Amino acid sequence: MDSAGAIDLILSGDATLLAIVRLSLLVTVAATLLAGFVGLPLGAVVALTRFPGRNALIVILNGLMGLPPVVVGLLIFLLLSRSGPLGFLGILFTPKAMIIAQAVLITPIIAALTRQVIEDLWAEYREELTALDVGPVQRVAALLFDARFSLVTILLAGFGRAAAEVGAVMIVGGNIDGFTRVMTTSIALETSKGNLALAIGLGLVLIAIILGLNALAWSVRQWAERHAG
Amino acid sequence: MPGDASILPMLPQGGGRPLNLAPAPHRSESGGQTETAVLTLEAVSLRIGSTALLADVSLSVMRGAPTIIMGPNGSGKTTLLKLAMGLIEPTSGAITPPPGTRRGFVFQRPVMLRRTAAENIAFARTASGSPTDPSAIARLLDLVGLAHVADRPARKLSGGEQQRLALARALAREPNILFLDEPTASLDPAATKLVEDVVTRVASSGVKIVMATHDIGQARRFAGEVVFLVKGSVVEHAAGSAFFEQPATEAARRFLVGDLIL
Repeated sequence: MDSAGAIDLILSGDATLLAIVRLSLLVTVAATLLAGFVGLPLGAVVALTRFPGRNALIVILNGLMGLPPVVVGLLIFLLLSRSGPLGFLGILFTPKAMIIAQAVLITPIIAALTRQVIEDLWAEYREELTALDVGPVQRVAALLFDARFSLVTILLAGFGRAAAEVGAVMIVGGNIDGFTRVMTTSIALETSKGNLALAIGLGLVLIAIILGLNALAWSVRQWAERHAG
Repeated sequence: MPGDASILPMLPQGGGRPLNLAPAPHRSESGGQTETAVLTLEAVSLRIGSTALLADVSLSVMRGAPTIIMGPNGSGKTTLLKLAMGLIEPTSGAITPPPGTRRGFVFQRPVMLRRTAAENIAFARTASGSPTDPSAIARLLDLVGLAHVADRPARKLSGGEQQRLALARALAREPNILFLDEPTASLDPAATKLVEDVVTRVASSGVKIVMATHDIGQARRFAGEVVFLVKGSVVEHAAGSAFFEQPATEAARRFLVGDLIL
């Protein structure tokens, strides 16, 4: 019966459900863009430059891919709380805080995977680009362009990780009804309240989004194979 | 085969700036004859640890017919080309191309950028600061017989087509010396013929060809002179006809009859 109720909520375009889905997508898209803005260049720079501590940074980036969301949430909470160093911003328990938390969570994923992709591509291109006397700026541009399909897949992976996250946004967003309640926190709350129809409905939407993203990533790879080699 | 003519007259004209594939401008007097060195190596060595990949190689590559680098596997042919191109630095010695020399390189297994054939050439022209007008790109594609695949992804081309595209990409830099590292090693005879035809046309236009090959027949077809390497040392440097008819060393004689040189 709960499952049927969940389907009804989805098919009828339930306003509460749609509002939660909309906020979730807004937060996660913004977080992914922010993380991409930082993580893509960071990964490229680490891949293409040599500096003291580079290996340690690579190990840290790789390690941070498995950051526990609740720890990230706690960290952002401490930073943004009234007595914290960034408390003056007054954004705790707002979608902005949730965007920051998700971005912090997935930036290492995007940076670490980007580094690996760019480094592998550079190993393949190094001699050819050197023989063509390609300058450093055009070199970075060429590598990012030629890795574009892999980078899109990385961004989609980051989006999926952020969308499925619950602990951090629960802590820094507060799960406030109609303001900071997203799919994952709603599912946790509604399940505990026994409102399984809404929880299952949101779960189905979330799974559909994740599957859709994976299908999109796969399609991007297939298209790239056919059209760019 | 040497000449000053631009490769451009052989190609369909599409307007725009002509491709400048002019010979290197450095000249020196030798034995009363005017000779032009396009590259000079002086006592060049490359060592990795205690292993000498190249040992004390001194060589003047003169303008004119192709110079063919021959030798058994592991003799240092590719290393010599990469040093001459400046892709690796020698442990000792000096490599001095004359001022204004532009060098191009085609690898045995060229790496195609993940874009179309035409865009691969445009990329090389941009990198060398040359204009990327469509007519120049079209002429280069015509030169290598790839005009019909201009808009196809480069990585989807056959091995022979990729090798010819690599030639066009190297020529996009308008070099006056072109290094070819066994460019037909992995190609069938038909594809080899197409690549050789392009190399012949490029050489005829005055671009100095320096090609490593283990294919003795190919070496005979192209060699103006032969540099024969064994274990990182030049053991013979002679005119092509002299090398093939009367090799001066036992190693070269054995190599030419197909013996294994260990």
